Amino acid sequence: MSTGTTWGLLAATFTASFVEFVEALTIVLALGATRGWRSTLAGAGAAVVALTAFTAVAGYALVTWLPRSALQLAIGALLLVFGLQWLRKAILRSSGLKAMHDEAEEYREQEAAARAASDEQRFGLDWFAFVVSFKGVFLEGAEVVFIVITFGSNAGNVGLAAAGAAAAGIVVVAAGVIAHRPLERVPENALKYAVGVLLASFGTFWSVEGLGVVQPGRASLEWPGGDWALLVLIAAWFVTSRILIRVLPSLSGRRVPVAASS
Amino acid sequence: MNWLRAFGRFWLDFIVGDDWKIAAGVALALLGGAALAASVSAESTWVAPVIGAGIVLVFAAVVIADVRGR
Repeated sequence: MSTGTTWGLLAATFTASFVEFVEALTIVLALGATRGWRSTLAGAGAAVVALTAFTAVAGYALVTWLPRSALQLAIGALLLVFGLQWLRKAILRSSGLKAMHDEAEEYREQEAAARAASDEQRFGLDWFAFVVSFKGVFLEGAEVVFIVITFGSNAGNVGLAAAGAAAAGIVVVAAGVIAHRPLERVPENALKYAVGVLLASFGTFWSVEGLGVVQPGRASLEWPGGDWALLVLIAAWFVTSRILIRVLPSLSGRRVPVAASS
Repeated sequence: MNWLRAFGRFWLDFIVGDDWKIAAGVALALLGGAALAASVSAESTWVAPVIGAGIVLVFAAVVIADVRGR
């Protein structure tokens, strides 16, 4: 793996994971502050255990059962879908057709929902806090796991991808413990835009390489210039997104309804 | 059965996301790319950039169609 790919892998997994950890932290903080920390942290802890098991099974199955080109195609395609969803939202937000994601607003909504929920107790835990915390951490964590497995296995360095994600987790959790409130100052929309471009570029690179699986030798397709083609893809996705940001407002007659989810 | 349905829905939502047209566009572009790759020799280095450009164009078309249709 070239130095450029190594840094790209580290930057992509760190940034993508950082955004997901910020969203999970917002849910945990809102629940902990309104419903109590014991059940909330129990839910988050249970999600981490479930994620660890899921990662072990999914990672082993992918790497063991699929030939390299099929693996590149399968997970490259998933990465591409994932990245293009992020890029689409970023383009709509940057062109004013969708409301910017606001972590403070998300926190207020989670807090209001937590206050309005019932006080059902199960296994000595506040069941609402446990379940919502579990679901939030598992869902955001599954995205991190997915990114680590796809980036890591395709680049042949799962350890480095996991290190990038772990570093992001440590930074976000440390900042959350110190601040004790959602990380509002994180430029989340800009980060999501950058991650969308990176995921789309890596997804294009690997899924196209993986299409070699339909050729007689089943060897991966070659990009002219090898790994350097990634830089061209990053530039191509960035330029395309800027053009779309410019032209989309004139094509739309009205503003898109606000959807401040992920 | 409900559990199985919820499990399937979770993964469908997770992978496809909130705009199925993006996933459909990617599938279409890769199917076209597979047909192209199957019809040329393994030494053809122009194939990968052409398929890559196709993916970019399909994405742009899906986003433009989505915005114009609103």
